[in-house]
Amino acid sequence: MQPLSNLIAEGERLMVICNACRYCEGYCAVFPAMERRLNFSETDLNYLANLCHNCAECYYSCQYAPPHEFAVNVPQVFAQIRARSYQNYAWPGFVRVGAWWAVTAGIIVAAWLAGARSAAGANFYAVISHEAMVATFAFVSAFILAAYVAGFLRFWRESGESLARFFQPSTLLQAARDALWLKNLDSHGVGCTYPNQQHSQARRRFHHCTFYGFLLCLASTTVAAAYHSIFGWQAPHAYFSVPVVLGTLGGIGLLIGPVGLYWLKRRRDTAIVDIKQDSMDMSFLALLFLTSLTGLLLLALRETTAMGTLLRIHLGIVLGLFLTLPYGKFVHGIYRSAALVRSVLEASRGKD
Amino acid sequence: MGEQTIEADVVVVGGGNAALCAALVARESGVSVTVLESAPVEYRGGNSRHTRNMRCMHETPTNVLTDAYIEDEYFSDLLRVTEGNTAENLARLVIRDSPQAIQWMKSYGVRFQPSLEGTLHLSRTNAFFLGGGKALMNAYYAAAHQRGIRVLYNAEVTELHIRDGKFKSGRLLLNGQPAEFRAKALVAASGGFESNLEWLEEVWGEAARNFIIRGTPYNKGKLIKLLMGQGAESVGDPKQCHAVAVDGRAPKFDGGIVTRLDCLPLGIVVNKRAERFYDEGQDLWPKRYAIWGRLVAEQADQIAWSIIDSKVMGRFMPSVFPPIPAASIRDLALALALPAQDLEATVREFNLAVRPGRFDHQILDDCRTEGLNPPKSHWAQAIDLAPFYGYPLRPGITFTYLGVKVNERAEVQGLGSRTNVFAAGEIMAGNVVGKGYLAGLGMTIGVVFGRIAGREAARAAAQ
Repeated sequence: MQPLSNLIAEGERLMVICNACRYCEGYCAVFPAMERRLNFSETDLNYLANLCHNCAECYYSCQYAPPHEFAVNVPQVFAQIRARSYQNYAWPGFVRVGAWWAVTAGIIVAAWLAGARSAAGANFYAVISHEAMVATFAFVSAFILAAYVAGFLRFWRESGESLARFFQPSTLLQAARDALWLKNLDSHGVGCTYPNQQHSQARRRFHHCTFYGFLLCLASTTVAAAYHSIFGWQAPHAYFSVPVVLGTLGGIGLLIGPVGLYWLKRRRDTAIVDIKQDSMDMSFLALLFLTSLTGLLLLALRETTAMGTLLRIHLGIVLGLFLTLPYGKFVHGIYRSAALVRSVLEASRGKD
Repeated sequence: MGEQTIEADVVVVGGGNAALCAALVARESGVSVTVLESAPVEYRGGNSRHTRNMRCMHETPTNVLTDAYIEDEYFSDLLRVTEGNTAENLARLVIRDSPQAIQWMKSYGVRFQPSLEGTLHLSRTNAFFLGGGKALMNAYYAAAHQRGIRVLYNAEVTELHIRDGKFKSGRLLLNGQPAEFRAKALVAASGGFESNLEWLEEVWGEAARNFIIRGTPYNKGKLIKLLMGQGAESVGDPKQCHAVAVDGRAPKFDGGIVTRLDCLPLGIVVNKRAERFYDEGQDLWPKRYAIWGRLVAEQADQIAWSIIDSKVMGRFMPSVFPPIPAASIRDLALALALPAQDLEATVREFNLAVRPGRFDHQILDDCRTEGLNPPKSHWAQAIDLAPFYGYPLRPGITFTYLGVKVNERAEVQGLGSRTNVFAAGEIMAGNVVGKGYLAGLGMTIGVVFGRIAGREAARAAAQ
C-alpha cells in the first residue's frame, strides 16, 4: 500500500478538481457532500470515501479521467482510502484474519466441542450440546458487536456530530432507506456502471440477495433461539416451520448473491478498483457461500449418518465467518451506513 | 498489404454531439453509416465532452427546466448577444426544434438532471446533461454501437474530392496509415479550428502563443479549409473567437471547466505593470465573463492577475489551482513577480476610491468607486484584509466562429446545387451565432443541425 500521506494528498487533489467541476453532482451522495466543503482533510476524505459505493459512473463520465493529465479516478482512490479507514477505525486494533485460518480454527473448535459424539435423526444437540453452542457463539458475537460499536463510534466521532443527531428519527429513516434500497447504486432507476460502463441492476440485485439472505438467516437463528428459550421447542424444526423456512430462503439468497457478486467481479473493469482488496472481498463471499451451502446440506441430510460430520463443518465455517467479521469486508456496511446518515444530516442542514 | 478503402452510404466526419446526432438519425432510415473521429477513443467527442447543458425553448415547466422560455425571448436573447449577426430562419429553426431535440436525445438513452445549484443560474433556460458532456457522448456512442454504426477512431480526413457539388471520395489517415473513403453523402461535423496553433498565430500573431485552448486538441479546422478550398462559402469572422479568462496555470489543451475563475468581479485585475485596465464590476458575471479573454489577450504578454483579499474567499466557485497567498500587498507583488511599488499604489488608489455601500455579489449592488479610471461599478470593496490572494490569468479559447455557410437543409453552400455535403455543429454554428454567445446554444445547434444533416444525408444517399 502507498503511504497514507500520499493517499490523502491524492484524495485531496481529486476533490479540489471535482469541486471545481461538479458535473457529477446529480449522480450520488458523494458529490453533493463534496460541494458542502471547500477543504478536504483526512477525516473528510474518510467520510466521502465511505459514502462512495464504488459504482464508477463518475469515472466513465469524467473529462479528466486518465489519460488526461489530471488523471482523475475517484472510485479507485476512494477504494484505497476506504481500505485504510477500515484499519484506522478497527477496535481494539486491526488484525488481518485469513479466511482459511479462520475456518480451520472454527472447525477445530467445533470438533473439540463435539468430541467423538455421533447421533442420528437430526439430533444436533446430541453432537454438540445446546449450552456449548450458545456459549461459544454468544462469546464471539459479543466481541463482534463490541468491535462494531467501537468502530462506529470512532467513525462518528470524526464527524463532529453528537450521537443524538445520529438517532434523529427522520434522518435515520431516510438514511436507512438509502442503505436498504442501495439508492446510490441505482443511478435514478437504471442501475450502476458495474461490471462495465453499461448501466445494470445486476450488482444491486446480487447484493440484495446477499444482504437480505444474511438477514433472513439471522432471523431464522433468532426465531429458533426464541422457540428454544421461551417455548422450549427444540431443534430440529419441521421443514415448513418458521425458522427452517426463513433459513432456507436466506440460504438460497446467500448462494445466489455471493456467486453473482463473484461472477460480476470476474468481469469488472479493473481500472476503477483497488485490486489489493480482492482477497478481503473474496474471503467474505466464499465464507458466506460456504456457510449457506453447508447449512442447506445439513438441512437436507440431517436424518442421515452424515449429520454429525456436516454439523461440525457447518458450525466450523460459521465460526470462521464470525472470526473474520470484525476486520473483514462486512465492516463496509457499518461505515457506509453511518456515512449515509451523516450525508442526510448535512443535506438537511444545507451548506456548512 | 493494399491500402484500406472505407465505404458507407453516409460518412460523418467528426465525433462530437452534432456528428453522433447526424450518424444516429441517418442510421434510423436504414442506410449504412461510418463515423470518422480524429481523436483516439479516450478523447472522443470533441468539445462536447467538456459541455454540460443545452439551451431549450419551452412553454411550460418540464422535469429538467423551470418556468418558461418561449421562442421570442430566446430569439431576442440571441439578437442581443449577436448584435444581429444571425440568420433568422436558421436561428428560429434551432429554437423551435429544441424541445423535440430533448425528447429525441432521451430516446437514445441521454439523461438530464434536475438542475441543482448551477453556478450561472441557468435552470430556466438550459437543460443539464446528467454527468455532463462526456456522459452524453457515452450514451450516443453506446447507441451507435447497438445500431451497427461503424466508428473509426484516429481517423483524420486529409482530402475531399467534390465535383459539381457531389462528394465521391476522400482520403484520410487511419491510425497514421493513408486510406481512402467513399460515400454517397458526407456530413461535416468536425468542429472549429481553435486547437490549430499555427492557424491561431496566423490570425492573432505571436500573442496566440500565450493562449490556452480550453477544449479538445483535435479541432484543427482541417475540414473547414478543405471545404473552403472546394468553393464552400464561409461564415463568421475568422478573426473572432470566444475566449474567457482562465487560470494561467491551466494545461495548454483540454483544461475544461475547472480552470475558469469566477473571482474577477470580487477584486481587481491588473496587468504586468500592476495597472488596472477594465471595470471589473461592469455587469453580472455570467454576462461579462466572456469579455475577459479578449481583455487579457490585449495586455502585454497576454497575462493579468486577479487580486482579492480574505473578505471574499468562499464567495465564488472554487477553481482547480489554489490562489497564491501573501501577508501583504508587497509580498503578493513579489510572489506574482509584479512591480511591488506599483501594485501597492494601484491598490491604495483603488481603496481610496471605494465608496461605502451594501455588498451583495448576487446583484448589481451599490459598492462602487468614485473618481477612478477605469472605475469599478459594483462590488467594489477595499482590498485590505490579509492574507491577500492572486490568480494568474490567461486568455482561454472556447471556440472559433469561422465556418461554412449552410441552408435550412444543412447543405453546405457554394459547392453546387443540391449538394450531398452537409454540415452540423461548431463548423456551421457561425450561421446562427456570428458574434457573442449564449450559454448552451452550441449544443442545441449541434443537436438540431446534426439531426437535419443526418436526415438529409440519408435522403441524398438513398437517391
